[in-house]
Amino acid sequence: MGVFSARAEFIAGVRDELPIVVGVVPFGMIYGALAVGAGMPPAVAQAASIVIFAGSAQFLTAQLVGIGAPAVVIIASAVIVNLRHLLYSASMAPYLRPLRPAWRWGLAYLLTDEAYAVTITRFRAQQARGLPMLHRKWYLLGAGLTLWIFWQASTAVGVIFGARVPAGWGLDFALPLTFIALVIPAIRDRAEAAAAVAAGVVAVAAAGMPFKLGLMLGLLAGIATGLFVWRYASSGMRSAREPT
Amino acid sequence: MTLWLTVLAIGAATYGLRVAFLARGTPGTLPPLAQETLRFVPVAVLSAIIFPALLQPAGALDLSVGNARLVAGILAALVAWRTRNALATVGAGMAALWILQAVLR
Repeated sequence: MGVFSARAEFIAGVRDELPIVVGVVPFGMIYGALAVGAGMPPAVAQAASIVIFAGSAQFLTAQLVGIGAPAVVIIASAVIVNLRHLLYSASMAPYLRPLRPAWRWGLAYLLTDEAYAVTITRFRAQQARGLPMLHRKWYLLGAGLTLWIFWQASTAVGVIFGARVPAGWGLDFALPLTFIALVIPAIRDRAEAAAAVAAGVVAVAAAGMPFKLGLMLGLLAGIATGLFVWRYASSGMRSAREPT
Repeated sequence: MTLWLTVLAIGAATYGLRVAFLARGTPGTLPPLAQETLRFVPVAVLSAIIFPALLQPAGALDLSVGNARLVAGILAALVAWRTRNALATVGAGMAALWILQAVLR
């Protein structure tokens, strides 16, 4: 026990990622269909899955392309949405530090929400049990590649069939619905609820602004409100934890 | 062409964020304020897209019961809250939209 072969770790990564893939595949297809419906050429829609490889940023890009937002706004919005990857990178760093640079630079590409989630869970559990973790890179590679393959394939299916979906079906509505499915479980306390409401209300109020800046204003208002409620309006226990 | 460059720029920035702490192989942490700020980004950006999509489906503010997307969206939010299941949420929302559109037509 305690000795894991590279092959076994790779397979464990694939196995642990598969249940997540079941949930991801429908969204890959919805993304592909929406991107084409929003006016992205099929090649660009597919390339986005390869180059960006981050579902929420890709959905956002499709949405903003569809409403004719300028490139600067699209890039800024997508990058802000992806800022959370900094957290993944930072929390993976201690585990991947011993690897050669080629492995670290390569595995960084696979560090999606879904691959990160299973990998960090595995690494922390192994570390807690004092296991050697000799082949940890193979686990992340297995999980990451599994997600990559299914994300590319499901995007392709969506791109191919999305062009044939009639506009009357209102398929574009699947996008806000997807975001509702993501945001509701993400609201875990009063500060996050306040951030959601403030962002939404400001985005609605500023919807008439040029260059689709209402989205950015809503985003900034939401973050500011969330921080304010977290720091000054939450329970005493939380303020006691503040460093200063 | 602009679209290709947009996608490439987002991809490059995303990879930059993913590799930021892995590139040099030295441990790193984000300052507490940055971590707190990042926590609110997903919720804020998603809400900033959801609210206008439900409340201003045709551009103007529509708070009436005749706004099928608003009603379907609220129903989907309830399903998301009860089930925490993304597919069930999208399925319920789309079904509600189709039924409401058929009824309201």
